[in-house]
Amino acid sequence: MLEIKNLCASIGPGEPNILKGISLTVNPGEVHAIMGPNGSGKSTLAQVLAGHPAYTVTGGEVRFEGEDLLDMEPEERALAGVFLAFQYPVEIPGITNAYFLRAAYNELRKGRGEEELDPMDFLDILEEKLKIVKWGPEMMQRAVNHGFSGGEKKRNEILQMAVLEPKLAILDETDSGLDIDALRIVADGVNALKRPDRATILVTHYQRLLNHIVPDQVHVLFDGRLVRSGGKELALELEAKGYEWLSEVAEEVVA
Amino acid sequence: MSSSVESLVNREYKHGFVTDIESDSVPPGLNEDVIRLISEKKGEPEWLLEWRLRAYKAWLKMEEPHAWANITYPPIDYQDIVYYSAPKTVKPLGSLDELDPKLRETYDKLGIPLNEQKLLAGVAVDAIFDSVSVGTSYKEHLGELGIIFCSFSEAVREHPALVQKYLGSVVPISDNFYASLNSAVFTDGSFVYVPKGVHCPMDLSTYFRINQAGTGQFERTLIVADEGATVSYLEGCTAPARDENQLHAAVVELVALEGATIKYSTVQNWYAGDEEGVGGIYNFVTKRGKCAGARSKISWTQVETGSAITWKYPSVILQGDDSVGEFYSVAVANGRQQADTGTKMIHLGRRTRSTIISKGISAGRGNNSYRGQVKVMPKAERAWNYTQCDSMLIGNRCGAHTFPYIDVQNRSSAVEHEASTTKIGEDQIFYLKQRGLNTENAISMIVNGFCKEVFKELPMEFAVEAQKLLGVSLEGSVG
Amino acid sequence: MIDQYRAVFDALPTDGVPEWLRPVRQTGLDRFMAAGFPTSRDEEWRFTPLGDMTRTPFAPAGPPRAPVSQADLEPYRFGHPEWPALVFVNGAFAPELSQTADLPEGVMATSLARALMTDPELVEPHLGKHLGADATPFAALNTAFIRDGAYVRVPAGRTLASPINLVFVTSADADGAMTHPRNLIVVEDGARLSLVESYVGLGESAASFTNTVTEVTLGQQSWLEHTRIQRESEAAYHIGFSHVHQVRESHYRSFSMSMGGRVSRHNLHTRLDAPNTEALLYGLSIGHGEQLVDNHTTIYHDKPNCRSWEVYKAILDDHSRGVFNGKVFVTPEAQQTDAKQTNRTLLLSDTARVDTKPQLEIFADDVKCTHGATVGYLDDLPHFYLRSRGIEPERATQILTYAFAAEVMDEVAVDPVRHELDQVVRTRLGIMDRI
Repeated sequence: MLEIKNLCASIGPGEPNILKGISLTVNPGEVHAIMGPNGSGKSTLAQVLAGHPAYTVTGGEVRFEGEDLLDMEPEERALAGVFLAFQYPVEIPGITNAYFLRAAYNELRKGRGEEELDPMDFLDILEEKLKIVKWGPEMMQRAVNHGFSGGEKKRNEILQMAVLEPKLAILDETDSGLDIDALRIVADGVNALKRPDRATILVTHYQRLLNHIVPDQVHVLFDGRLVRSGGKELALELEAKGYEWLSEVAEEVVA
Repeated sequence: MSSSVESLVNREYKHGFVTDIESDSVPPGLNEDVIRLISEKKGEPEWLLEWRLRAYKAWLKMEEPHAWANITYPPIDYQDIVYYSAPKTVKPLGSLDELDPKLRETYDKLGIPLNEQKLLAGVAVDAIFDSVSVGTSYKEHLGELGIIFCSFSEAVREHPALVQKYLGSVVPISDNFYASLNSAVFTDGSFVYVPKGVHCPMDLSTYFRINQAGTGQFERTLIVADEGATVSYLEGCTAPARDENQLHAAVVELVALEGATIKYSTVQNWYAGDEEGVGGIYNFVTKRGKCAGARSKISWTQVETGSAITWKYPSVILQGDDSVGEFYSVAVANGRQQADTGTKMIHLGRRTRSTIISKGISAGRGNNSYRGQVKVMPKAERAWNYTQCDSMLIGNRCGAHTFPYIDVQNRSSAVEHEASTTKIGEDQIFYLKQRGLNTENAISMIVNGFCKEVFKELPMEFAVEAQKLLGVSLEGSVG
Repeated sequence: MIDQYRAVFDALPTDGVPEWLRPVRQTGLDRFMAAGFPTSRDEEWRFTPLGDMTRTPFAPAGPPRAPVSQADLEPYRFGHPEWPALVFVNGAFAPELSQTADLPEGVMATSLARALMTDPELVEPHLGKHLGADATPFAALNTAFIRDGAYVRVPAGRTLASPINLVFVTSADADGAMTHPRNLIVVEDGARLSLVESYVGLGESAASFTNTVTEVTLGQQSWLEHTRIQRESEAAYHIGFSHVHQVRESHYRSFSMSMGGRVSRHNLHTRLDAPNTEALLYGLSIGHGEQLVDNHTTIYHDKPNCRSWEVYKAILDDHSRGVFNGKVFVTPEAQQTDAKQTNRTLLLSDTARVDTKPQLEIFADDVKCTHGATVGYLDDLPHFYLRSRGIEPERATQILTYAFAAEVMDEVAVDPVRHELDQVVRTRLGIMDRI
């Protein structure tokens, strides 16, 4: 589904690389966790995959279902089925959640050559999806993320994911700043959307999310490189040992 | 500046066409004889001619206000303007079917459904083509309620006492350069009178249209809501593409007597000129309302996306105790547009309240100025004002300016002014694109969110139109 | 009427005036003569009634009949007696009243007239150099009359431990007299200075005219705390112009208080002429009787990543009138500007009046600019709250009025100065005890 080969990226031409040659393959049905200390490049990887204009890809390639992902505009990637749950979801004052979700949903339908849904029909879909994040319809009348608490913003990301049903969901530190109840709601949301033809990449600093969403593979990102890959037990090892020992591993990898 | 926030507008004016109906025009130029001719052609009473001539004399002594507004334009030759032109086809119509097919076609192209559908939609339309009214509808139903809604010329003929009583009572003949000019040479406009205690059951709507090349437009609108009456009035504008600047100097006067409410909504989309700003409309309008009676209310809502230059300050004189003035505005300056707009709230009566919400959007090389005055006079005890003035900039070749004047002469009053400037954030656009919206839809969504507080003041149908217009006005402003 | 100023100019002594200064003065005169006094038709002076002032034939102030003593000045000097001080009486430097001993090496604090004689090469690069096209006709007139005033220079890297007092005294018998003090403050790279600039009138009814200009230039990473207090006679006319020029990473903090004068006007302009500079402007005006207190500020955000923060407040009683105009200009280049302006006015009487005009002009899109203005009376709720705790209504009003002023006075960074200002404000508001 997703094939990343030797991906390098920086915050602009001439700047040092933050991603220094990442290779990763994600197959349908799989859940991958990418862990690593702060500043290792985890969020950069997530944003580059979604096409954030602040980053410049300086090398490598990314294929999504055989297509050149890096050649696509962010909205083309979204319509192709790549969804990024933002670490810091953006506020859009004045636009209701309901309107925003319908606009995005209808873009998808248009892309598939289907008719756009009117507000009433969309409401039916929305009601189902709201159950996943345990929200009432009143949240739909609030402006997108405007004045939301940190936890509400993250739940809103999961709701959007539920509505848009992406093939590949990338969750960028969706667990950070959540209390245990919110964490469970987010995890349940992700699990509810799991299907054999969909894949998930969890970008996280902590192991605790992985108690709720069991990954097929865990990768450790350190200084822009994947220095270790393994099964879910690798996450526990990281939890126990911290990240410091990785600097030696990283040196070996570079060497 | 970010890469996705920099390319310029490049859009043909959607309503760019000219209808070739032969016009009955006087030669260009202005003098007393031209004014007498206009008055005669319109069959006006002596007092109105005298009134026009007094305005003309006042105008001759005035200077064009070039210095203070934040706008620049080449000098206007007032002797090169045609002050009167009427479509030849004008004659009393038995029904709409008798309307010139060409005119009907023009209206259809503009999407003005002066027809069954519009009637079913409950909107009475008084369409103005150039300077003379050619069709008025739904009049009978309104007539049963005692509501007068007609062209200004007709009001002069049929209801001279009302016109004489209120004309110039809010905007005097010597008020300002453009208002005086209008008073001297106005050719037509709309008149509304809602009698005591009557709630006008539908939004009254007039579509203005500039058509004749080189014809200045001098519309005159007078709306009077008698005690306890309510009325909502919609003004929508569009004009064909011209390569010559056209002057528009309208005057709108509103009078709200005790307990009356007038809501006046405008969507203005006149031709803004090409990318270099050539050929756009000069829109120098005087709009003012007087809350003459206690507990009266006047509310202005405007969406200004067109014109090369907009100079417009819909104002409210809050004379009656407990009267309320409101101003909600969205102004877009794109390409080379210059908008200098705002309001004046003059608090005279006790416990008078005013609210000002202004949203200015600057893109391309546009310059948007908010200019407002809140004046609380000594007797206006416990007067209250809240002003919020927000600017949004798209790209860094545009400008946003705010000039709020606050003059308070009563200590028991409370006046609050807030202003902010924002840009469309790169992160906002990326977020929306990640959810599948293209850049233009993303911009449109952010801008509509920014303007929401104003749009919610518009009648439903108008609000939808305004949102679309905003999207179209900003098309291509972000690459 | 303006011809009398030409006559005064022609009679100015030229001894000790360096060659280069003569054309500077001449240009000042020419600009003033061309512009004349502003009238209410000038947007910048719309609410400032100058008619009476411009019609008065002021004569250059001479020495007072009775010498001014240290005791006379005692109420107007801030801090400790050993703090450096430059005192000017009726526009002329008074060395016997000044304190300039023990200045750190290289630091200069003297009269401009002396500096022009001893160190003209230090003065020339700065004097009149940063006052641009925005200078008012009054500033031009001041330039025409450049003769004396304060000169302070803190060389690169030096920090002055104690604030310097600049005291401009108008004597009680100076009715009909005018002074044009010209001050130059140079804070070089990495230097730090705290300055207290006071304008005081010893008489209560002298209708004098003070027209002052203070030029400030701040080097890289320099720091200046500038406190300006105007307490002239309530019959006096006070027109002041302060111009600050800031370069990279400099920090300017101003507190400007106006409470004297029949008509007073202070223009404070600061130009943020390099990235990462910062300006904090605080102001307090207190008007009563027939006073008019006018403050105009202009902040030029010329370069990216600069920050300005402005809070101006006014308390107006009786028939007094307040004027505030705060401009913020942001050039297309000045991305990442962070500018916030607040203006609040408290009207204490039915006949007090305020005209306020906060003004933003923005040409860059990635900026954070806000302004807010409020005019009103004291909130009912806190007033009620105090009364519900047994406080008399008048007392509650006093407390809340004081609190309104204290919020901005708290921004004066030098402790002794802040405490003494607090006393001054409480006296003026009729609050004798500490709150």
